[in-house]
Amino acid sequence: MMRPILRVALVVALALAAAAETSARTVTDSAGRKVEVPDRIDKVFAAGPPASILLYMVAPQKMTGWPNPPTAEERPYIAAPYRDLPALGRLTGRGGTANLEVVIRSKPDLILDFGAVRDTYISLADNVQEQTKIPYVLIDGRFEATPAAIRLLGDVLGVRETAEKQAKYVEGVFAEIDAVVKATPPEKRPRVYLARGPDGLETGVVGSINTEIIERAGGRNVAQAAGQRGLVRMSMEQVIVADPEIVVTWDRNFFDRVFKDPLWAGIKAVREKRVYLSPTAPFGWIDRPPSLNRVIGLKWLAGLFYPDKLGGDLRETTRAFYRLFYYVDPSDTELELLIAWSKGQAPSGR
Amino acid sequence: MVEGTGTVRALAARPLSLLGALAVALAVLVFAAAMVGAFPVSFGEMLAAVWRKLTGAPPIGQIDTVLFEVRLPRVFAAVLVGAALAGAGAAYQTLFRNPLVSPDILGVSTGAGLGAVLGIFLSLPVVGIQLTAFAMGLATVGLVYAIASTVHGREPILVLVLAGVVVGSLAGAAISLMKILADPYDQLPAIVFWLLGSFSAIRKGEVWAAAPLVALGLVPLLLLRWRINVLSLGDEEAKALGVEAGRLRLAVVTAATLMTASVVAISGVIGWVGLVIPHIARMLVGPSFDRLLPTAMLIGAGYLLLVDTIARTMAAIEVPIGILTAIIGAPFFLWLLARGREGWS
Repeated sequence: MMRPILRVALVVALALAAAAETSARTVTDSAGRKVEVPDRIDKVFAAGPPASILLYMVAPQKMTGWPNPPTAEERPYIAAPYRDLPALGRLTGRGGTANLEVVIRSKPDLILDFGAVRDTYISLADNVQEQTKIPYVLIDGRFEATPAAIRLLGDVLGVRETAEKQAKYVEGVFAEIDAVVKATPPEKRPRVYLARGPDGLETGVVGSINTEIIERAGGRNVAQAAGQRGLVRMSMEQVIVADPEIVVTWDRNFFDRVFKDPLWAGIKAVREKRVYLSPTAPFGWIDRPPSLNRVIGLKWLAGLFYPDKLGGDLRETTRAFYRLFYYVDPSDTELELLIAWSKGQAPSGR
Repeated sequence: MVEGTGTVRALAARPLSLLGALAVALAVLVFAAAMVGAFPVSFGEMLAAVWRKLTGAPPIGQIDTVLFEVRLPRVFAAVLVGAALAGAGAAYQTLFRNPLVSPDILGVSTGAGLGAVLGIFLSLPVVGIQLTAFAMGLATVGLVYAIASTVHGREPILVLVLAGVVVGSLAGAAISLMKILADPYDQLPAIVFWLLGSFSAIRKGEVWAAAPLVALGLVPLLLLRWRINVLSLGDEEAKALGVEAGRLRLAVVTAATLMTASVVAISGVIGWVGLVIPHIARMLVGPSFDRLLPTAMLIGAGYLLLVDTIARTMAAIEVPIGILTAIIGAPFFLWLLARGREGWS
């Protein structure tokens, strides 16, 4: 027979444990969905590449895996324990490859998606949540909304301090660029073409997520088409007519040949040697995927667009950004590789 | 084409004048296509640029580049690809004695598509992508032919077509697999655009490289044009007339495949031209291959040039030509079907 005091203690302990088990909060995601999440979130499954980068930046210790395994070229710029996380595939976007059973087996407390808040993705979130019983949070991925996205995720995951620091950094970058861009009349802003694909004739029109960084950095995208969005193919003749002052790309094949190519020789950007190659390690600087990785590319592009006002020390900027967001302290060699890359000297291996 | 067009009928009665009229129409179309485009070039400027080119004078501004490096190569590419696809289509249709056959019946387009997708997946430069497309297009048909020739004692054409369907769908599955594995931000859009076909990136060197290959495929078709007619009677009858069907078939398939693979490698997959144009040609000149081939090639060249000129002038951003040829070709083909019989045999 137990002594009464012990029995009371046991009951209280059990009640507390039960309370801890069910203790939950309700968060509102960017789609306005009310999602009940556990108080303590230790493991998060990122639904796609943009979400995995947001998650890696805000709370890497809570990752369950990557959508795709990081390549040899990317690994040095991802902090040690996280670069070895398994590849689990993706739930959203073009070509969903994640197996729902794999998702469940990795026992996440939360599934996170970061990107366009459209009905397709909202219904996908609802479906997956209903099927797996795992709370699914959708965060608005527009570039403009980046600080809010970081804060919301920090709030959900209980890492407000880190999130606040990072959100402030992004706000600082935005404000610094906005001040210069506002003082420049639209017709004085550089006309920019973002060349994609091995022949450089793929691009995103104004308003597409693939090229929004151009406008954000104070440039004017020369690819315009009323009523069209997303990726398109240009013809060489259209590029000649548009005659961009600056060309940006991350495609090394295209970059390798653009200066030798007689067709591109007459383009202003090529004549004035203002074709720039974006590094893509650990993630693309200007796109690929369209996530927070673009913040460093934004600083870089704005510096190229307005060298007098926003030039700055790219080496220091890169080091600070990689420290704060990627949790790595690049060695001098690694840093030099990135700087040389951003000046057109891409590493030879792939 | 319809009952009222008496002139066409009158011309069709005299094949040489019909060919002449088609050639003149194509020349006019080439000239008109060279005049229009996103970059404004007036008639006078064009003449001046041609004069500069002929006299070797230095170019002025971007006009020379636009005309001689961008627009004319594209015009000639459309002519070359249209002629090659329609010619190959006519050859295949006669060979298989079937009006539903198009140049990719033995998997050349799908194979070339797989080659290009592989090239994009491996991040090869453009010329590498074109070479893998060309090689895989030929290799696919080679494989189909090899498989078909190991199966004996059956209707040889049926076996060939079935092998083509099987290998083609296997290549299609491989393309889908590469799409899943490809980088979704970088390679996947490139793959999609390639499979839709386009002349937007065409360059002079590519036309120069493809043209001799097309000519090389065309020579045996021209030399064998009478015997190919005999083939359309069936193997037994051909044998009775002293034509060895198996070897002739191999020659025709090789020639038509070479023509198709070399143009698909530079333009991407453009459907419907090789299927529909030979039908139109047959309506004009009848099924005899010696008249069908040049007629189909001229009409194909003009048709693809017209569609491509529309594609590049219609909107600020181009519609891939493969989409346009399908939108135009599919309803037209249905109309042909609804119209019922035509002079097939």
